[in-house]
Amino acid sequence: MTLVGWAQIAVLFLLVLVTVKPLGLYMARVFSGERTFLSPVLSPVERGFYRLSGIDENREQGWLAYTLAMLAFSVIGFVSLYAILRFQDVLPLNPQGFPAVPPDLAFNTAVSFLTNTNWQNYAGETTMSHLTQMAGLTVHNFTSAATGIALAMAVTRAFARSKATTLGNFWVDLVRANLYVLLPFAVVTALVFVAMGLPQTLDASVTATTLEGAQQTIALGPVASQEAIKQIGTNGGGFFNVNAAHPFENPTALSNLLNIYVMLAISAALVITFGQMVGDRRQGWAFLATIAVLLVAGVGFVYWAETYGNPILTSLGLDPSMGNMEGKEVRFGQSASALYAAITTGLSDGGVNAMHGSFTGLGGLVPMFLIQLGEVLPGGTGSGLYGLIVFALLSVFVAGLMVGRTPEFLGKKIEGREMKYAVLAILILPLAILGFAAISAMLPFAVASVGTPGPHGLSEILYGFTSAAGNNGSAFGGLTGNTLWYNTTLGIAMLLGRFAYVIPVMALAGSIAAKVKAPVSAGTFPTHTPLFVGLLIGIILILGGLQFFPALALGPIVEQFAMLAGQTF
Amino acid sequence: MSNRTTSAHQSSHAPAAPGLFAPAILGPAVVAAFRKLDPRQLMRNPVIFVTEAVAALVTLLFVRDLAIGGDAGFSGQIAAWLWFTVLFATFAEAVAEGRGKAQADSLKRARSELTARLKHEGSRIEKVPATTLKIGDVVIVEAGELIPADGEVIEGVASVNESAITGESAPVIREAGGDRSAVTGGTQLLSDRLVIRVSVAPGGGFVDRMIALIEGAKRQKTPNEIALSILLSGLTLIFLIAVVTLWGLAGYSGTVLSVTVLAALLVTLIPTTIGGLLSAIGIAGMDRLVRFNVIATSGRAVEAAGDVDTLLLDKTGTITFGNRMATDFLPVPGVSEKVLAEAALLASLADETPEGRSIVALATGEYRVPGPAAQPDAVIPFAAETRLSGVDLGARKLRKGAVDAVLRFAGVEEARAPEAFRAAVDRIARSGGTPLAVAEGNRLLGVVHLKDVVKPGIKERFAQMRAMGIRTVMVTGDNPVTAAAIASEAGVDDFLAQATPEDKLAYIRKEQEGGRLIAMCGDGTNDAPALAQADVGVAMQTGTQAAREAANMVDLDSSPTKLIEIVEIGKQLLMTRGSLTTFSIANDVAKYFAIIPALFVATYPGLNALNIMALTSPQSAILSAVIFNALIIIALIPLALRGVSYRPSGAAALLRRNLLVYGVGGLVLPFIGIKLVDLAVAALHLV
Repeated sequence: MTLVGWAQIAVLFLLVLVTVKPLGLYMARVFSGERTFLSPVLSPVERGFYRLSGIDENREQGWLAYTLAMLAFSVIGFVSLYAILRFQDVLPLNPQGFPAVPPDLAFNTAVSFLTNTNWQNYAGETTMSHLTQMAGLTVHNFTSAATGIALAMAVTRAFARSKATTLGNFWVDLVRANLYVLLPFAVVTALVFVAMGLPQTLDASVTATTLEGAQQTIALGPVASQEAIKQIGTNGGGFFNVNAAHPFENPTALSNLLNIYVMLAISAALVITFGQMVGDRRQGWAFLATIAVLLVAGVGFVYWAETYGNPILTSLGLDPSMGNMEGKEVRFGQSASALYAAITTGLSDGGVNAMHGSFTGLGGLVPMFLIQLGEVLPGGTGSGLYGLIVFALLSVFVAGLMVGRTPEFLGKKIEGREMKYAVLAILILPLAILGFAAISAMLPFAVASVGTPGPHGLSEILYGFTSAAGNNGSAFGGLTGNTLWYNTTLGIAMLLGRFAYVIPVMALAGSIAAKVKAPVSAGTFPTHTPLFVGLLIGIILILGGLQFFPALALGPIVEQFAMLAGQTF
Repeated sequence: MSNRTTSAHQSSHAPAAPGLFAPAILGPAVVAAFRKLDPRQLMRNPVIFVTEAVAALVTLLFVRDLAIGGDAGFSGQIAAWLWFTVLFATFAEAVAEGRGKAQADSLKRARSELTARLKHEGSRIEKVPATTLKIGDVVIVEAGELIPADGEVIEGVASVNESAITGESAPVIREAGGDRSAVTGGTQLLSDRLVIRVSVAPGGGFVDRMIALIEGAKRQKTPNEIALSILLSGLTLIFLIAVVTLWGLAGYSGTVLSVTVLAALLVTLIPTTIGGLLSAIGIAGMDRLVRFNVIATSGRAVEAAGDVDTLLLDKTGTITFGNRMATDFLPVPGVSEKVLAEAALLASLADETPEGRSIVALATGEYRVPGPAAQPDAVIPFAAETRLSGVDLGARKLRKGAVDAVLRFAGVEEARAPEAFRAAVDRIARSGGTPLAVAEGNRLLGVVHLKDVVKPGIKERFAQMRAMGIRTVMVTGDNPVTAAAIASEAGVDDFLAQATPEDKLAYIRKEQEGGRLIAMCGDGTNDAPALAQADVGVAMQTGTQAAREAANMVDLDSSPTKLIEIVEIGKQLLMTRGSLTTFSIANDVAKYFAIIPALFVATYPGLNALNIMALTSPQSAILSAVIFNALIIIALIPLALRGVSYRPSGAAALLRRNLLVYGVGGLVLPFIGIKLVDLAVAALHLV
């Protein structure tokens, strides 16, 4: 570990810290329907959308209507994307003449982009036409992120309101998330990316003559624009197969910093938005502190584990001073790779600038564990916020009883019904991750997809389902996912992770909204203090740890001990 | 309103709490613990139900091991300890129930074999068993007889011994009409004759409810208990997923895990500690309330008491002693305090009202005036018409009384009274007190300051309440000026002056609109609507039937200060639950470190690095975790029954303390405990 390495990490966190407040307060204004500096330009466009689609922006929906609208929108999104994938060979803008995507891969990919996962069982530059990339995948990069933000705002309103029957209007939230938040942010970011040297063209490729005189075809495309929304919407699906390790997606240390910043910016700011909208800004900062502590710890842990290096490689004569450089880009080095790895998994982004599967046992454990914690650090755009709220409710419930009152969060009593929905939500992750991983580990044809034998292979499977159920999308590498079994099961895991999680959460929000907001007194459990932050961290770690520790012990943990003992498989 | 001022925390006549493990309770509890193993009964408790199912499964494996020569010693011990885990949980519940049984039995005796003299229309009287009485029946009870059922006195006045339910031996008066018309079945008429209209159906009477409650027979899960059960069931499911899938994940590396060790892992991970103690905590909470001589109609009310934001307290009897008492003598210039005190004393000798007696007490006490030397020639007792009292000692005509009455006696116009006199009268009136004038003949001597004396210590109590986040509101019939003065002296947060029952109801509704929970106590029929509206309504046992029906708690001591203790008991109940839940979950970390390396060390020797407790062998590690998991339930029964220690303070301080004790303690303790058990297991060569 070096001072410069830590300085890079510090600069990123400082950058986020400086912008969360203005960005968070801006979003609070947007989703409260107040005027913002962009309103003169965008509000006519917004009203145009409503007129065109017959939406009454003042008519709010209850939790069920809101959820059904979201589901209807998702079904349409899935069907249209599936159709584009299946028919890309006959659709325009296919200069490379790629064939139609096979059914199971099309299912997996459509679900993947619909659920903001962006797990990719294909190499983008050799599978997807420009039309598919732009009208199919990139559209979902916007809408899936906007859907997450909309849901988070609905849940936020449940805590802001007292005795309310409605949570807002899904269509209005969706339009606003796209128009006021994602689109302007993406336009600016894409332009900066272009300035940093990312390609933005509709040409298929250029042919270069190498020094040896050989002909090399270098894939091109509308990279900068897709890269911008990939990160802003915590999607993570890269234009190129190797994602942000590719020099056209992420050419320099500076573009790397911007990459990480833009993926973190909105999710981190949303907790501030939450605090502002529920009328207790301190709550937002307490959430941010929780996220920061765990993220910094995650980054530090990966950084330490990777610079510690691999004694097996050292004994083979490699210079240990660089640490474990396997699977990392030299232009990023240890610190920026660790930073990217922890943040892309703490968020549910899933873009990668290094191969997590090539990390040391512990270095690879951290990204996997960060996803298993529930994608709340700060998680995907929107989805992270409502995940964090579920954890806050659980913390308040377990420990809140210790102050001798029915547990309350932001004045809302947490009773049987809320507990039921919260428990239903937290059951999804272990069920989808451990369930599918255990079945796959026992099926010979599923095990055959593994790239490396031994505990590392189990890590590959476990990481795959972790990434899918957590709607993260990053891969450990090694696992051949493009098979009927994995395309199907990973797809189901993604659907469970998104929809089976959010439906109970929305029901929870409906129940919370209907409650009276009780006034705060000295007897109320304080949820904005350092003590609560510590408690929330403890609950997130213990709950996540208890669920996944046995499985992790068989994968990355045993791998780490084996590596230290010089044992290979 | 009863004027008895019971402020004792624990009523002296409450039945002494039997020791936690007194043989009288222990014996039946052991039997009951086995009876409670019935799966149909255990279904109510998902965590322990799962434990029982797993114990049964491992028992089958033990039988199989015996048959085919497997490691029966190990599976047999695991099975035994799993059964102990279940038994310890049912035992905890049985002990909690057993503590109430003794009291319930004495109540049952009081109720047994009652007969009633039923009055038919046309005044025909028939003797019938009390159990056949219906609502609306009219019965006649004579002196010496037991009252057959709860009801309303419609004719007569009599003294009744209610010690069977209140433990208070002093008889109380029951009469038709007014606030003292309710009688309770099982109490004894000492004098006279009452005609009573039965107001409850058979089996639904107060004593029946009390018995059911104490025995825990009608115990229903409270809202918070339900919510907690859901969380515990959810955790059980999560661990079930984690353990079942572990079999598949381990299969990947060729490890075949035996069902016995997976069963052991599952039971140690699911929250058996809190699951096993949950119902005992609830029963014990009700039991604590009973020991405070308060009967709650449901556990829900006890929980709600912990949540209360606002206490509506009657001024009289709760905040003040209820009688105006003399506190100062304020002489006019030229008269010494001593002279005024003596005159006031003499003039009050014939005043038997509490105010008069308080003047005598003040004069002879603080002002050290000796008793009267000479026999008075004439005594003028206090009367409501004259509003003064006094004595004639020879030529001395001493009078004390209401200011205008004394002025009239002295023949002094108010405007011509001494300046100091008028100033004193004015000041006392403005401070909410009552001025009494004292005169000798036509000479004004001074003023006696009478005021409502606030009970000592009550102000500190309210400050504590405020620290706990509870607002106190004083309810009084006094005018706003008097009310404000007493309110500020007592340190309440708000007051309702000249309060009518409608005002109380409106105030409660307004507070509830704002999301607050309200507790109040009352005894009159006109309190009933407010008692019903309040989240926690405590009726006095001496109150009317209507009030007792509307309330969700009845205070057998009829002490209005009880409300404060009730709130504390409610809080303690919730805290005990939360603390043990936190403890239970925190325990799991150590169990992982015991069991996970034990499971896989054969396949991956490197994982022995996780065996940070350095447990002797894999089998010993697993057995030790199971034994610790069972024993901790037994160890925590006393805490569950007694409740965690509670000092009134703000939520932040409580949280910090309990999180440290039960959260951090829960993390650390099992590491030590499992290690110790492992040492014992190794020393005894159990595996």
